[in-house]
Amino acid sequence: DQVLHIVPETFQQVQHLQQLCSTLLLDLWKPQLSEDIWAGEDLHIRVPAPLVQEVKDSLDQHMISYKVLIPDVQKLVDQSMPRERSSHRQVPEGYVYTQYHPMEAIYQWMTQIQKNNSELVTQHYLGKTIENRTMYYLQISQPSDKTKKIIWMDCGIHAREWISPAFCQWFVKEILQNYKSDPKISRFLQNLDLYILPVLNIDGYIYSWEKDRLWRKNRSPHMNGTCYGTDLNRNFNSSWGSIGVSYNCSSEIFCGSGPESEPETRAVAQLIERKKSDILCYLTIHSYGQYILTPYGSTTKPPSNSEELMHVAKQAAAALMGKYGTSYEVGSTSLILYSNSGSSRDWAHTIGIPFSYTFELRDKGTHGFVLPPDQIQPTCEETM
Amino acid sequence: MELPPGHYLATRAAALAAACLCYRRGSPGRGLALRAVRRASRQDIDGVGQKYHLELVLEDLLDKDSTVNCTAEVLYHLGNNIPPDVQFTIEGELKNAEEADNIFYNRIKSLEKELVAENIPDSHGNVSPEMEPVHLLAWVASGYVIWQNSTENTKFQLAQIKHVKQVKRSDEYLEFDYTILLHEMVSQEIIPWQMTVLWHPQHGVQVTQDSRQPEHASE
Repeated sequence: DQVLHIVPETFQQVQHLQQLCSTLLLDLWKPQLSEDIWAGEDLHIRVPAPLVQEVKDSLDQHMISYKVLIPDVQKLVDQSMPRERSSHRQVPEGYVYTQYHPMEAIYQWMTQIQKNNSELVTQHYLGKTIENRTMYYLQISQPSDKTKKIIWMDCGIHAREWISPAFCQWFVKEILQNYKSDPKISRFLQNLDLYILPVLNIDGYIYSWEKDRLWRKNRSPHMNGTCYGTDLNRNFNSSWGSIGVSYNCSSEIFCGSGPESEPETRAVAQLIERKKSDILCYLTIHSYGQYILTPYGSTTKPPSNSEELMHVAKQAAAALMGKYGTSYEVGSTSLILYSNSGSSRDWAHTIGIPFSYTFELRDKGTHGFVLPPDQIQPTCEETM
Repeated sequence: MELPPGHYLATRAAALAAACLCYRRGSPGRGLALRAVRRASRQDIDGVGQKYHLELVLEDLLDKDSTVNCTAEVLYHLGNNIPPDVQFTIEGELKNAEEADNIFYNRIKSLEKELVAENIPDSHGNVSPEMEPVHLLAWVASGYVIWQNSTENTKFQLAQIKHVKQVKRSDEYLEFDYTILLHEMVSQEIIPWQMTVLWHPQHGVQVTQDSRQPEHASE
């Protein structure tokens, strides 16, 4: 559709234009009414696309000069409209990172992310959950002939901590959007590979969307299906079952029937075990509390590289605070939070991964697990 | 014995003190939360229990930039049969909530039907502006439940209001029946709790009745 600008010179021209408008039912933008068309006055008419040629021919025939004011009306309309979010079309350019997404959408997002960034991103099969859902992780890796060290990050080991998977998605987006332009990120990727597991406890996450928002564990059945769920972060093989756990399925910190009894735990442990000599840093993202936690939970005895671990963590907390003033407490789980055993972070450290941290994201309890979506962006930005 | 302010014993005692303080000083127009622990020390008193001395910073939930310092003393009794004793002193003035309180009071008083609501915040963390005072009132009242039920091995936080129903009264007080979900940090349990809350702008918040509810079985 085009909008034409005409200044009729004679009364005859006015008459012709009025006839044209009424015969072809053209859309008068200025003036509003046909009877207000005057010689010497501006006339703006919108002509539907199929009629543009006919109208121009008619004007030429009658020696009426015109200018094209708007060559493409639709384009102008599109530009001025806010981008509409479609929940069915998961194109990462349209993906809303400041909202929480159900698992279905996250699966689609992973596929799209790999598709749109295939030079850098590959999606890998990790294993299956107890309810037989597939676990995938994303590998962000810049092609190079040298083997690089790995940073592993998993999110969503506890179903109700929605801000955690939201952060993993945000993290991936940030890296991919900025690796060319941000010198820090590009240097990062020259030397390191990133392995990101956006949702570890998929069954639990889905359950928290569909049935019980405050669910924590996975969905493994026990006692003939009368009781469900193992706390995956008590199920790893690090002083398993010794402290800070329950042996009762009905507890939120039930450690399972044995170390690595859960398929989700095994899937993660097997991969990390296989790659452990190349993994420099293990990060596991939780909420809430605003902590950067170091090993261990099962004992207050500090790990061998405790000084270095703390130093790096303190620097991270300072950088984080620099963004929005959010304060994160740094220290070992056993001193700051409580005793626990079988945590993924402790296990990662005991098998030799030097830098192993648990992040507990916002907030400090005012919203707790139900962090409102308007805090997704600031939380992710500062943690980045 | 001085404690590092980040130590879990300090933060648990601080959470308890803050809950009690919030209950005593809070209202639908004024919610307080623990911002930071400045100092903490712990003393074992033979035959009595554990006494904590704390220096805390609290923030106003409706105006995060507004903070206030306070000192508190917490005494956990041996055996945990009696609720802990909490005493506190606030330095300076708390923000005036009279206007917000009166607006809410009049709004509820003029309702034709009793207020009923569920899931505050909702799953995504949203609280509508009209429900904000109802949310804050629960936050304040939960301070009482938290205070009465805390030990050195627990740290409670209000997770969500499952259900709230106004109970019409013939006198000037407002009464609400809440079912809340408390998150206990050490066991990670979500504990449903029922509480009957009375409030009047001039008379503060009172929990007149409360009872722990059975958790739905891990199904």
